Amino acid sequence: MSRTGSGSQDNGLRVPRRAFLKAVGLSGGGLLLASLTPNRSLAEEAVQDLVVSGELNAYIKVTSDGRITIYSPHPEMGQGVKTALPMIIAEELGARWEDVEVLQAPVDSARFGEQRAGGSTTIPRNFDEMRRMGASAREMFISAGSLVMEVPREELHTGDSKVIHDSGRYMTFGQLATLAAKQTVPDPESLKFKSREDYTIIGTSVSGVDNLSITTGLALFGIDTRVPDMVYAAYEKCPAIGGRVMSANLDAVRKLPGVLDAFVVEGNGDVRELLDGVAIVGTSTWAVFEAKRQLEVQWDESGASKDSWTALVAQGQSLAGQRGDELVLNKGDVSGVFADPTNTTLEAFYEYPFVSHFCLEPMNCTAHYRKGPGGEPDSLEIWLPHQGPGRAIQIAGSMFGLAPENVTVHLMRLGGSFGRRVYGEYICEAIAISKRVGAPVKLTWSREDDMRHDFFRVGGFQWVKGAVNSDGRLVAFEDHFVGMETDGDAVSGSRFGATEFPLENIDHAYASKTMLDIDTPCGPWRAPGSNTTAFVTQSFLDELANAAGRDYAEFLLEALGARRWFDEGNIRSLNTGRAADVIRLAVEKSGWGRRLPPGSGLGLAFYFCHAAHIAEVAEVSVTEDRRLTVHRVTVAVDVGPVINMSGALSQVQGAVIDGLSTMMGQKITFERGRVAETNFHQYPVLRMPQAPEVDVHFIQSEYTPTGLGEPALPPLAPAVGNAIYAATGVRVRKMPFADAGYRLV
Amino acid sequence: MYEIKVNGQTHTLDVAGEMPLLWALRDVIGLIGTKYGCGIAQCGACTVHLNDVPVRSCSVRVADAAGQSVRTIEGLADGERLHPLQRAWIEEDVAQCGYCQAGQIMTAAALLATKPVPTDADIDAAMAGNYCRCGTYIRIRKAIHRAADLATAVYVDAAAGEQA
Repeated sequence: MSRTGSGSQDNGLRVPRRAFLKAVGLSGGGLLLASLTPNRSLAEEAVQDLVVSGELNAYIKVTSDGRITIYSPHPEMGQGVKTALPMIIAEELGARWEDVEVLQAPVDSARFGEQRAGGSTTIPRNFDEMRRMGASAREMFISAGSLVMEVPREELHTGDSKVIHDSGRYMTFGQLATLAAKQTVPDPESLKFKSREDYTIIGTSVSGVDNLSITTGLALFGIDTRVPDMVYAAYEKCPAIGGRVMSANLDAVRKLPGVLDAFVVEGNGDVRELLDGVAIVGTSTWAVFEAKRQLEVQWDESGASKDSWTALVAQGQSLAGQRGDELVLNKGDVSGVFADPTNTTLEAFYEYPFVSHFCLEPMNCTAHYRKGPGGEPDSLEIWLPHQGPGRAIQIAGSMFGLAPENVTVHLMRLGGSFGRRVYGEYICEAIAISKRVGAPVKLTWSREDDMRHDFFRVGGFQWVKGAVNSDGRLVAFEDHFVGMETDGDAVSGSRFGATEFPLENIDHAYASKTMLDIDTPCGPWRAPGSNTTAFVTQSFLDELANAAGRDYAEFLLEALGARRWFDEGNIRSLNTGRAADVIRLAVEKSGWGRRLPPGSGLGLAFYFCHAAHIAEVAEVSVTEDRRLTVHRVTVAVDVGPVINMSGALSQVQGAVIDGLSTMMGQKITFERGRVAETNFHQYPVLRMPQAPEVDVHFIQSEYTPTGLGEPALPPLAPAVGNAIYAATGVRVRKMPFADAGYRLV
Repeated sequence: MYEIKVNGQTHTLDVAGEMPLLWALRDVIGLIGTKYGCGIAQCGACTVHLNDVPVRSCSVRVADAAGQSVRTIEGLADGERLHPLQRAWIEEDVAQCGYCQAGQIMTAAALLATKPVPTDADIDAAMAGNYCRCGTYIRIRKAIHRAADLATAVYVDAAAGEQA
C-alpha cells in the first residue's frame, strides 16, 4: 500500500503536554504558563515523589496519576528526534499523546546504548528499538490488566492510555502502573507491532516537545548553562590552522577588567582534540571576548596549514579534460561512445567552495573538573551540546585519565549542528581550562572563532562528460572527481562512489578521482558529498537533455531505466521505482511543462541519498541584471512512513531554504592557511523576504522509514540552476551563484 | 552602577558601561533567553525591546540602556498568560533547533504592537533582520498571522464578555 498526501499541519497539530491542552481549554485566548512549565518545580517534584511510579523499562515510566514519562535518548539539534522517537514508543504502548511528558534521557550507555545523532540515521537505527520498548510495556500493562480485570490477555488491548477489554470495560494506565511495572518483561522476539492502519500517533502532526521552553526563553541549550561559582572562558587559537604558541602578552591581559587569569594551553597537535592556544578566564563572556581583542600572540606557523583556495582552484581547473589517477569505475566503452559521431557529446567543469556550518549557537561547553579530595579520583561534570555526547567520556579517559564512572555528561539541546558538533575539540578545551583553574568553566566561542575554526564542508571540482545518442537517450557518462585529502585520507564529504547516479543505470560509465592534499579541517555538512555532487550530476544531466532537445523529466525517467532495486533489501541502494514515483509526483504537482513568460522557468532535479528518494522542481524568474526570485519549490519525498508529519514538513522546508542560502552566497576562502570570512557581514545568509514557497508531497511507501534531516537539501541547487537555464539559457556551473552575479530577491 | 528595568523589575548593575546589554542580561542578571549569535547586529538572535522598540542587545551598551525599560523573551507573557505569538509559535510548530526563535518572537512582538494585522510584506520587512539558520521562515510568517488572529479573537472574547 502506498499513501500519497500533501502533508498539512493545519488539521490537528498535537501539542506535547496534557497540561498544555488543559490550558487551551481554560484559556479563551491566553495560556496558563505555570501549569505548562516543563522544568518541574521542586514542589511539583515532591508531589511527584509521593505518587507511586512504575518503570516499565529504561524509556518508560508511568505514575499512578496517569502521567507517562518517556525518555528520549538521542541528541536534538533541530531535526526533531526528541519528539519523533517518543511518538514511536507512545504508539506501540497505546498511550494518549497528551498524557506523555518527554524528558531528555541522561547520557548512560549502559541504559540507552550509544547516544548519537547523525547521517539522518536516528529514525532508521531506532525505529524497531522504540517500537520494541513501547510494545514491551504495552504487554506488561495487558498482563496487569488481565490479572486485575480477571479476563484472558487475548481479550485485552491498549489505547488512549487504557487497557481495554473487548466488552468495552477498561482500566487506566495510571490505575495499573504499579502492577504493570512488576510484570515479567516479555521476550523481545515475541512482540508484535501495530499495523500502520491502526496508528493514532505515528504519521500525525505533533508540536515539538521543547516548544514551550523555546518560546518562553527557558534554559535548554549548552550556552544557557549556569552553575554555581562558574567562570567564563574564551580560547584563542592560531588563525592558520595548527600554529603553535611561542609567546603572548599574558601579563597585560591578566590586568584587563573582568579577567581572572590568562594562560597558554599546550595542545596535542590534533585538530579534533586540542590545539595550542591561549585561554582567558573572566567574570563574563564579554570580559573574556574583550580581553581576547587585546591579546597578542606570537605564533609558530612552521607546522601550520599553508592552504590556499586560489591555488586549489588553479589545481582543480588544470585537471579539467583529464582523467584522475584513481579509478572508481570503468564499465563498457565510454571512449568508443564518445568517439561515435552519431552521438552528441558534451563536457563541462563544475566547482563548489568550502562552506561553514555557522550553527547559530556557537561552539560551547561547560566543564567542572574536580580534584578528588584526599586521594580520591578526580571527577568531571560536563554540560554539552553534541551529536554524540559519549565523546566527552572518551576524551575524559584518553586525554585526562578519568574513569567513565567519574564523568557525568549532561546532554543539552543543540542550537543547530548540521554535522558540526560531531567533533570534540571544544570539549577538550573546556576540560583543560577547568582543570587548570579548578572551577566550573563555561567556554564560549565567539562567532569569529566559530567561523574560522570550523570543520568545513569541503570544496572541490568535477569534470564531467556525457553522450546522448540520436534517439536522445543517455548512453555514456564520465566523472572526474577532484576531492581533498589530509595525510592520505579523504576528508569527510570528499567521496565519490561507483553507485552515484547515473553510473549504475547505464552501460557505459567511467569515474575517476584525484585528491588534493589539504590541512584545512573538514567535516560532515548536511548531506556530505551529496550536497555538492547532486549539483554537478543533476545540472549536467539537464545540460545533456537540453543538448538533445529532450524534456528533462522524460530524459531522467528514461535514464533510470526499468523499475528495480539495485541491492534488494538495502534501503541505502537506489530503487529506480521509488525514484520514478517521486519524479512523476514532483512533475505533476509543480505543473511541469507549462508555459511561462520569458525570464521565468522551471527546473527539476532528483537525488538519492540517506535512503531517501527526493525530487524537486524550482520555479524562478531572472531579470537581465541577474536578480533571481525563487517563487516556489515543489518537493516530492519518499522516506517511507513519516513519523511526525509536522516535523517532516519542517525538515524539508528548512533543507530547501538552507540549500538555497548556501548555493546563492556562501563560501569560505583561505590563504596561507587563514580563513578570510569571520562573521555574517562576509557570509550572507538567506533572510525571510527571499524565502520561497515550499510545497511538499510525501509518498508514504512501505519501506523502512528513514531520516529527513539531510536528504532534501542536495536536489535544491541543481533544481534552481536548471530553472535559471530554462528561464535564460545561461548555465551556472559554479557555486555560489553570487560569483556569477546572481542576487536573490 | 547602572539601573535598568528588565521585565518590570529594576536591576542595579555593577558593570562597565561598555558592556553590551546582551551580556548583562545573560551573564549578570541570568536571563539566558536572549541569545548570542554574532555580536555585530547581523543575525537578530539577541533582539530585545528597549522602551518597546526592538534592538539588537549585542550592540546596545549598558550605559545607554541605563534608566530605561527592557523587555526580554522571559517577560513577554502577561504574567501567566502566553503572548499570542508564543502560543502561535507552539501551534505552528515553528522551531527547529530553536536558538533564534526568542529573537524572532521579540521582533514579531514589536511588529504586532504597531501593526496588529500585518500583511506578508509587513512581516517580511520587519523580520528581515533575523536569521534562522534552520530556515523556518515559512512557519514564522504563518505563526505571525496566526498570532494576529489569536489577538483579535482575544479582543472579540473580551468584548463579548463585557456585553454579557
